Formats: sequence, structure tokens, C-alpha cells
Amino acid sequence: MALTFWHSTLGKKIVMGTTGLIMIGYLCAHLLGNMKIFFGPGEFNAYGHWLRVMGAPVLHHEWGLWIARLVLLAAVVLHAVSAYQLSRRDIKARPQKYVHTKPRMSYATRTMRWGGVILGLFIVWHILDLTTGTTHSGGFQEGHPYQNVVDTFSTWYGNAIYIVAMLAMGMHVRHGFWSAAQTLGAGNRTRDRGLKAIANALAIVLTAGFISIPVGVMTGVVS
Amino acid sequence: MKLTLRVWRQKNPDTPGAMAVYELDGVSEDMSFLEMLDILNEELIVKGEEPVAFDHDCREGICGACSLVINGAAHGPERTTTCQLHMRSFQDGDTIDIEPWRASAFPVIKDLVVDRSAFDRVIQAGGYITAPTGAAPEAHATPVPKADAEFAFEHAECIGCGACVAACPNGAAMLFTSAKVNHLNVLPQGSPERETRVLDMVAQMDAEGFGGCTLAGECATACPKGIPLFSITAMNKEWLRATRKVKR
Repeated sequence: MALTFWHSTLGKKIVMGTTGLIMIGYLCAHLLGNMKIFFGPGEFNAYGHWLRVMGAPVLHHEWGLWIARLVLLAAVVLHAVSAYQLSRRDIKARPQKYVHTKPRMSYATRTMRWGGVILGLFIVWHILDLTTGTTHSGGFQEGHPYQNVVDTFSTWYGNAIYIVAMLAMGMHVRHGFWSAAQTLGAGNRTRDRGLKAIANALAIVLTAGFISIPVGVMTGVVS
Repeated sequence: MKLTLRVWRQKNPDTPGAMAVYELDGVSEDMSFLEMLDILNEELIVKGEEPVAFDHDCREGICGACSLVINGAAHGPERTTTCQLHMRSFQDGDTIDIEPWRASAFPVIKDLVVDRSAFDRVIQAGGYITAPTGAAPEAHATPVPKADAEFAFEHAECIGCGACVAACPNGAAMLFTSAKVNHLNVLPQGSPERETRVLDMVAQMDAEGFGGCTLAGECATACPKGIPLFSITAMNKEWLRATRKVKR
């Protein structure tokens, strides 16, 4: 059963759609949490601390966080492996290009593959920058996420990487959310306008919301 | 009309092909695209050259034999089959690029003719019903709800030409397969094999080397019969349902 699923192009696409929706759900929660940065270091750092005691007293210290991390890691890996295998297959299925070509697909649709690669690289950088602090610019302080965020967005490359990645994320979500609905069999004629509107709203809100953080640091609202 | 044609010429499946350029004069705008190619072939025969091979049969837009990617669009600029495309859709002095369907599951046999028997094998995998055949049954013997009948008819319009595969950036046969699955799965006559049909046809589609769906929507734009993109959504739903119902 699980193998029928994994070996079928439809099954792999369903895996991609489901994991994609999990990640969109996470992005929404992540954005809501991050918005606390506009209410000062006290509130933001307290939120960062709460993430570690999330689920207490049922869950041990950091267990809630690690469960979330494992679910997300599984989602990212399954999403990426399916995408890689399906893309390989797609390219093989159309080995010869047309002499007369015209791009007709939307920009978001055409950039799904490379946009996805950019997002994968961004996630690695983002974790090294603000979770482990490995590549952090100037003194990473464990337990002081507010200051760490301000440090990152005080560098030109921090802003550049982040803003480019968030634009790519918006595009990816725009085609991805609508596609996931079709792949999971939820779309039809009457729902289509609604689904497209939700996809566009998600893309715009997530992109604008996340970009507001480096813009906040640049303009001095967050400092 | 005077036209410059750039046509894909390929001697056989094993020889690499290339675009050949032909100048064609005296084309009437009332000619169909295939009649224009007939004129070209008559000129080539007179000159002692090999005529351009292309598929065609009914020339009424209902058989699904004609193909051709014209200026990068399957069946050309109008939403119809190549045989029902007329030269009035082009301008005097135009250069027209004519290429075969491109997909690894549709290998070129010669010039513009491709082997579409992969579609036949997808049909053989489940695109039929096992009801007893014979004389046509009385029309009201099996009642079908109006909405289901409309849904089935919409998908039954598929003529299996392969424009969806040709237009798809991934060479996927999702629109063709979904049209066939939806057409039969919604009807009472097709319900005994409802689950195995979708599982087997999708498995055969994959086995033929067609690509996967990325919801680019090119197939539905190219389809001369207007099979909607939501046909694929409906098949995904049927497939998901079938994987839950059938233990394999």
C-alpha cells in the first residue's frame, strides 16, 4: 500500500502536497510568533523561551520544540525527495525541446523547481544563522533572539538573502497551495476562485509579514 | 498567400531529424492546415522529393488522428484540431514552424508522425467496461443523474489525440488518462471497476514513461475538446479513494 503510493507519480505528488501544506501551516505559526518582535525585546525573548517549555507540564523541556522540528524535517525531506524524483522523471519524459518555444506558464509555475532549491538553501542558512549561531554575524547570544535578529538584519547580506528567499517563498506558496488542493482532489470549478484567492492571500501575507522584520530593523522600528 | 514553412524532417526513428525550410505560394485562406500540407507534398512529389509524412484521417475534428505542433502550440493557434484549423488564422508572408508531438512516450516514426500506441495501452489497462455487449440497451434501462451524465459527456469528448502530452512541459498524460477515468467512473456502467480502473490506468500511464503533473495547465489550454484541468483534480480524488478501498 505505502509502496503503491510512493512508486506512483500521483502518490509522490500527494506526498508533496501534504508535506507542503504542513510547511505552509508552520509558516503561518512562525509568522505570528515572529510578529512579537514589534513589541519589544521582553515579549520576543519571552516567546523564544516559551517555545522551549511548550507543552509543559506534559512535555519535558524542549520536547515540544523537538517534536515540531522532527515533523518539519520529515516534511522537508519528503517534499524535496519527491520533487527531485518527479523532476528527474519529468525531464526524461520530454527529452527534446520544441524549436519554436514560447513561455506561457505563470512565473510562479515556471520557478517552482529552482525556487524550491533556493528555499532549501535558505533554510540551511537560516538555521545556521539564528538557531545554532554558526554563521551569525557578531556574537551570537543564546537566549537573546531579539538581539540576534537585529544583528542579522544589520548586515546588507543578511537582508539580501532573507528578502530574496521570502520573495521566492511567496511565489512557491502561490502555485504550491493551489496545486496541493488539486493534487489532493479538493479543487473544482466552483471552488477555484476561492482557492486561488486563498493562495494569493497566503503568498502576499506571508511574504509581506516576514519581509516586514528586516524592514523594521533597517528603518529602526526594531533595534 | 505566400508562406515560409519550417518543417521537422526525420527519415526514421533512428536517424536524427532537423527543420527543413520550404517556400509555398498560392495558399488559399480557406484551405485547412492539412490541405496546405497536401499542396506542399504535391509540389515535393513533382520535384521528386520525399513528401512530408503526417497523421490524418477524418479531417472533421472527431477522430484524433491529426497532430502537429504549429508555432509551438499543439494543434496551432485556434482551439481546435489541426484538420479544422484554417489558413485564415495566418497572415500572408508568415513563417510557420511545424513540429511533431514531443514526448519520450511518443517516439517519432517519421517526419511529423509519432507512435501514440502508449495511449492504447493505457486504455487497455482499464478504459473499458465489462458489461455484456450486444444490441444497444434501451436508453432508460439504467437511470443516470443529469449532473453525472453531463460530467461523463464532458470527459467522453476526449478524442485521444495527445495534444495534452505534446503541450505539457513534463510530457505527462494526466489529462488524457483523467478524461477516460472520469468518463467511465461516474457512470453506473463503469462502477464495478471504479477502483481498479483508476489504479491500473495510472500505473500504466507511469509505466509508459509519461511525466508527472505540475499543474502548469498547458494541457487544458491545448485540448481541442476543452477537457478542463479539473479533470485531473477529479482523477486524483478517485485515485486517493481507490488506494484506500483496494488492498494491493
